[in-house]
Amino acid sequence: MTLASLLVQLLGGLAGASTLFLTSAGLSLIFGVTRVVNFAHGSLFMVGVYTAWTAGQWLRPILPGSAGGFWLAVLLSTVVVAALGALLEVLILRRIYRAPELFQLLATFAVALVLRDGCLWLWGPEDLLGPRVPGLTGAIPVLGMPFPRYDAALIAIGPLVLGLLHLVLTRTRFGILVRAATQDREMVSALGVAESRLFTSVFAIGAGLAGLAGALQLPREPANLGLDLPAISDAFVVVVVGGLGSLPGAFLAALLISLVKAACIALGTVELGGFSFAFPRLTLVAEFLVMAIVLVMRPYGLMGRAAAAPRSLATTLPAENAAGAPGRWPWGLLVVGLILLPWLAAGSPYTTVVLVDVFCFSLFAMSLFFIMGPGGMHSFGHAAYFGLGAYGAAIVLKASGWPMLWALLLGPLGGFAGALIFGWFSVRLSGVYLAMLTLAFSQIVWSIIYQWDDLTGGSNGLTGLWPAPWLSAQVPGATANAAYYLLTLICVAIAVLVLRRVLDAPFGLALRAGRDSPQRAESIGINVHAVQWAAFCVAGTAAGLAGVLYAFSKGSISPDLVHVGRSIDGLVMVLLGGVEALAGPLIGAAAFTLLQDTAGRSFDYWRAATGVVMLLIVLVFPQGLAGLFRMRRRPSTT
Amino acid sequence: MSTASLPAAASPILAVSRLCAWYGRAQILFDIDLTLARGEVVALMGRNGAGKSTTLKAIMGLLDRVQGSIRLEGADIRGKPAWHIARAGLGYVPEDRRIFTELTVMENLAVGRQARRSDAPLWTVDKVFELFPNLGRMRNRRGGEMSGGEQQMLTVARTLMGNPRVILLDEPSEGVAPLIVEQMAAMILDLKHEGLSVLLSEQNPAFAGAVSDRACILEKGQVQFDGSMRSLIDSPEIGRAFLGL
Repeated sequence: MTLASLLVQLLGGLAGASTLFLTSAGLSLIFGVTRVVNFAHGSLFMVGVYTAWTAGQWLRPILPGSAGGFWLAVLLSTVVVAALGALLEVLILRRIYRAPELFQLLATFAVALVLRDGCLWLWGPEDLLGPRVPGLTGAIPVLGMPFPRYDAALIAIGPLVLGLLHLVLTRTRFGILVRAATQDREMVSALGVAESRLFTSVFAIGAGLAGLAGALQLPREPANLGLDLPAISDAFVVVVVGGLGSLPGAFLAALLISLVKAACIALGTVELGGFSFAFPRLTLVAEFLVMAIVLVMRPYGLMGRAAAAPRSLATTLPAENAAGAPGRWPWGLLVVGLILLPWLAAGSPYTTVVLVDVFCFSLFAMSLFFIMGPGGMHSFGHAAYFGLGAYGAAIVLKASGWPMLWALLLGPLGGFAGALIFGWFSVRLSGVYLAMLTLAFSQIVWSIIYQWDDLTGGSNGLTGLWPAPWLSAQVPGATANAAYYLLTLICVAIAVLVLRRVLDAPFGLALRAGRDSPQRAESIGINVHAVQWAAFCVAGTAAGLAGVLYAFSKGSISPDLVHVGRSIDGLVMVLLGGVEALAGPLIGAAAFTLLQDTAGRSFDYWRAATGVVMLLIVLVFPQGLAGLFRMRRRPSTT
Repeated sequence: MSTASLPAAASPILAVSRLCAWYGRAQILFDIDLTLARGEVVALMGRNGAGKSTTLKAIMGLLDRVQGSIRLEGADIRGKPAWHIARAGLGYVPEDRRIFTELTVMENLAVGRQARRSDAPLWTVDKVFELFPNLGRMRNRRGGEMSGGEQQMLTVARTLMGNPRVILLDEPSEGVAPLIVEQMAAMILDLKHEGLSVLLSEQNPAFAGAVSDRACILEKGQVQFDGSMRSLIDSPEIGRAFLGL
């Protein structure tokens, strides 16, 4: 590697930093004023890419061969996406500003699902190649190496927009109101500023920035349906590293991350003491490493401040009540019934197949509930531990050739290890910071699994993961998978009992104390971070076990196990069942899995359908389903 | 009981009746009746936790759950958003000041600026600086770099920029130096002179006595006394019972 190639890589990094900064700046601005973490922000970026493509198609015959056409298309898609943002704010977000933040995240995630399918419907599944920008084609020599002209233009745009935003924020009344509202929006409202108009315009500007970033990205990357999630998770990392609500922080963070990534690519494969080490593979881990180092030194990011207390579920919902849960008898009867089921349902073999799924997801939801309900930590990346368990078991089985039972025992340690590492960082944050960080971690796990072909099989996944012969054998008079069904039932029942026992133990009480008042808990001698970290590890192990059981029931695994969508499924299960009772996640998981199975996901737009259902849940029951239960139970509050 | 002691003729600029308010599930205010005549200064008095600040917040539309009626010049403002109430002519000065610490004095004033309604006194930056000369000497200082007394003045100045008809002042004398307390008292009388009506919550009887025409004593979220300041001073047993004097 030469100095020149390093320089060109770093310059390329700077160009990438520009669009990354634009997306993150929009996210940060919207969060600062409305306190909503806009999960659909990556989708707005993607819509920007697509709109720029369409606008370019329209303008090409009118303005052939001129650079003006391209820049006009960029401007148009910025405006279109800004208008879309304003529309979303008025139709959806305005109704949920007072809802718990978990619901806001779910609602904006639902919007992301709808937008993704909207793009599929409008533009189809094929990648759409962007135009080359007239006047900015070709390359300029940098120390004799070619550097794309367009990238050089991009390098200038980032600081330009930062400067422009700075001017607007400091020199206009609108900007002053935005800064005032970022600190204390209630006071701004009490001074006569119409909140709704301010929020709509901030949302429009934030969305417009995402649209602009998307439009500018088009010449570097074709428009495709996979752009939304990487865009949002990158923006999350940048905003967390830079400090939520700080634009200069977002700029610095975007530069730092892009340059570190570029350096990794530039270093290439390095031979060191006989080992060859491929730095380019590190790019995703590099993002994580930067974030980890920054958060250890500055928990609120490079230029962020401690956020105001989040409106978490913990403060808006009553604590779950173990005493109110059904007694042992109904559960005992249920388990006995389930044990007998393979023989009772011998005529419909599919029943026990679906129920294995239900068991696995019940344990998955229960483990998420464990840190979410009593722990008050809303993980948006719980699928990471599920997937790590599954891949852990698969790798033990494939690489070592040990028997399946060893894989069953060792696999959950994959989930444990993930929780041990990620939990250490996560418990240092709370509220939306924690949600974003866990999401980013799961994206990283997904990327590693997706890229590490040799170990994980990459996008193809791993196949041939069948249970030991004695677990696949036909049990007389029962359904085909009866043996494995019973193993799953027993493992899940024991794990759920253990989780429940832990929650009733002093440890569980300490966990709740840390959720309800960290300061008071500390002052009576509870090491809140340590308790939360331990809870993360317990939950990670349990989720890992669920992943292992799931993997062996399917016979193959793929990176989809770790996908953000699965993490969100988990959240929906927990919320569906209600966070008030320990039985909630089990009931929620069963209902969700059975629903999903019967709906069959057989039509193209199931994501949008799921999104619409989620939006309905959040908008019709803004206090959550648990709030509905509460109303029913105590009708005499008004 | 409260209506009996009112001057019968003047229609009040602010009339609160049967006001109840809740924090979450806990009811804090119980059927509060309260009136403020044009150009009048009324002190809401009572011990810590009696419901003084909650009353002001409820009037300002800052609480989620409020019942009863709140009329500003006859128009019911209960349930309206805070910005709507502010534009109708109610100015709110919170007890914990809540100035924008990242913004300069001028920027803080800019946030408060609202168009004037026909009959309210008009405030400009220059006129505000006449009332608070030392704020005029630190126009570009950030809110976070000011003393407590200066912040208190900035909070009032910021509210005045909205050209209110009525000001709700929450504990203006709390936590500031004695010299500033005197200045605040003089300022309230200045505002009254300008034609503003003031409803203030106050624990300091000397301060309340010096600036107020009437007093309204709250205890456990209920009105226990409503009468002229003179009648309160003349009946020390009331002060003993509710204010711990």
